[in-house]
Amino acid sequence: MFAVETEALGRIYKIKKTRKEPAHTLIALDNVNLKVNQGELFGLLGPNGAGKTTLIKVLTTLLGPSSGTARVNGLDVARQPEEIRRQINMVSGGETSGYGLLTVRENLWMFTQFYGIPSRQANERIMELLKIVGLEDRANTKSSNLSTGLRQKMNIVRGFMTDPTVLFLDEPTLGLDVGAARDVRRFVREWVSEDPRRTLLLTTHYMVEAEEMCDRVAIINQGKILACDTPQRLKESLSSEGVFSIQVSALDQSEFEELKQIPGFRQGTIKQIESGAELELVLADDSVLAGLIGFLAAKGSSIITLHKREATLEDVFISLVGKSMKDVENGAAD
Amino acid sequence: MALQTKVTRRSGPRLFFQTVIGRAYPRIIGTQRDLAWLFFDIFLPFLSMVAYVYIYRALKAPEEYIGFVVLGSAMTAYWLNILWAMSSQLYWEKETGNLALYIISPTSMMAILFGMASGGLFATTVRALVILVIGNWLFHVSYTVVSFWALFLVFVLTMAALYGLGMMLSSLFLLFNREAWHTANLLQAPVMLFSGFYFPVRVFGFWAAAAASIIPLTLGMDAIRQLVFPSGPLLGFLSVKVELIVLSILSVAFLFGAFYTLRLMERLAIRLGRITDRLG
Ligand SMILES: Nc1ncnc2c1ncn2[C@@H]1O[C@H](COP(=O)(O)OP(=O)(O)O)[C@@H](O)[C@H]1O
Ligand SMILES: [Mg+2]
Repeated sequence: MFAVETEALGRIYKIKKTRKEPAHTLIALDNVNLKVNQGELFGLLGPNGAGKTTLIKVLTTLLGPSSGTARVNGLDVARQPEEIRRQINMVSGGETSGYGLLTVRENLWMFTQFYGIPSRQANERIMELLKIVGLEDRANTKSSNLSTGLRQKMNIVRGFMTDPTVLFLDEPTLGLDVGAARDVRRFVREWVSEDPRRTLLLTTHYMVEAEEMCDRVAIINQGKILACDTPQRLKESLSSEGVFSIQVSALDQSEFEELKQIPGFRQGTIKQIESGAELELVLADDSVLAGLIGFLAAKGSSIITLHKREATLEDVFISLVGKSMKDVENGAAD
Repeated sequence: MALQTKVTRRSGPRLFFQTVIGRAYPRIIGTQRDLAWLFFDIFLPFLSMVAYVYIYRALKAPEEYIGFVVLGSAMTAYWLNILWAMSSQLYWEKETGNLALYIISPTSMMAILFGMASGGLFATTVRALVILVIGNWLFHVSYTVVSFWALFLVFVLTMAALYGLGMMLSSLFLLFNREAWHTANLLQAPVMLFSGFYFPVRVFGFWAAAAASIIPLTLGMDAIRQLVFPSGPLLGFLSVKVELIVLSILSVAFLFGAFYTLRLMERLAIRLGRITDRLG
């Protein structure tokens, strides 16, 4: 049995008519087929608007599928939501749940009551988890007085209070500072490895998060799963090719479009900087560099730095989509 | 760093009960922590109470009408709680993200709504009692209670029907969003008038009074007036016995109504994506 299994899962949103746009439908999830094993720490990596939250909502029974099926621990989200709810929990980055006039401890206690946990056990568990995330000195602080980062730590504690077998974390480190994010990642990792029955599905748009924490990663864009494997194997899929970071004295967008015609060019992005332009290129192999150098010389541009580096998940994304996650996010606005 | 503490989980009636207490808690503790209510829920109603009392005195209305006003002012607190807090509660819970967490928990939404209602009922009773005590002290109202049992029964049934109505509205307003809430607020003034908060509802004639009786406070207050003021029965709309029967029917109807609207709301909201969308 899989902890999470979807078959041809689709979800559309009906968008109402506005002054700017006519009424239309938006495909948020498109033929998603995923299998997450029990005991896995599984990551969904994709830019804003990719459909990550929508998928989490479907799996947590908050949103019905428009087509296809989704199962959690073998239970169908549409037909057995009550059974699923006994086994899961969910935390979203930046959520504002709870009541501001309650203290951290009281807020967490309140949520345990909806899971039928006796108060004494709940309070012991709360103090233990608050210690782990370094929030014990704030146990009696009103949650409205917490900073965004501390509030997110409280939210994360809430997710672990109830011993879920499948825990969904939607951008859990959103708004956390580097240190806090590291603490959370370590705790999450340990929580999953402690017990083989625990499964954790997290979404992120941070490459490092997916790379460092996850057993397997699915890359999602525009509602479609484009690849799904271990971070290592995803990167190896690019290893026959070379990933180059090159800084040149000058190159404009139209010249970059020409550059893409060089035989052996796979994918690439350009960013204009003060002293010229920065290129991130995936090339079929090192020999393509010869053609590249010739091209740049012909354009009167000289190479300032060039280095070949290990492929990252960012490169994998670029090779799949043709754009960086940032470019997808910025382009999504229009 | 394995978790040292163990937790067990209850289900069934225990879970239901824990949920009610858990959800009522913030409202109960809020009465003590956030004292803004002393101004908004005591001082402002107090002003309108004083205004009515002086109007009645100027009109040389029978002294018992002063009692009606004090009683009505106290009961107004419940109506305002339904209109301003209870009915928009689920909508606000959606906005803060709490609704999603309630739905994904194994508890029943009905228990969550009961928790909201009992928290609101508690907090409002504190306010109503303060208004009643101040009013009695200022205007020397005297009461002659015919039957404490009947009074208690009327109060319980009125509250059951009223909060059942509030729970029902809460689901409806979530589905239809803010527009419905604005419409309901427009109805506030006429409802206050026709429910007879400050005078016997009978003066409107039978049919208007009967229509106003859909709001449980109308019959509730009419019955209370009959039970605590010597001239109450003379001014009463129906006999207390009939009013008790109608109130029982209303409470059952509204509580069932709340249950079914809640189920409908949950199903529709999941289909339409309304549980989490903040865009309205
Ligand atoms: N309630 C909604 N109504 C309409 N469109 C929505 C709604 N929620 C999300 N969307 C749209 O669906 C797409 C996927 O959104 P989402 O699942 O939130 O992506 P992600 O979590 O990856 O950023 C986006 O284009 C978003 O604008
Ligand atoms: Mg998201």
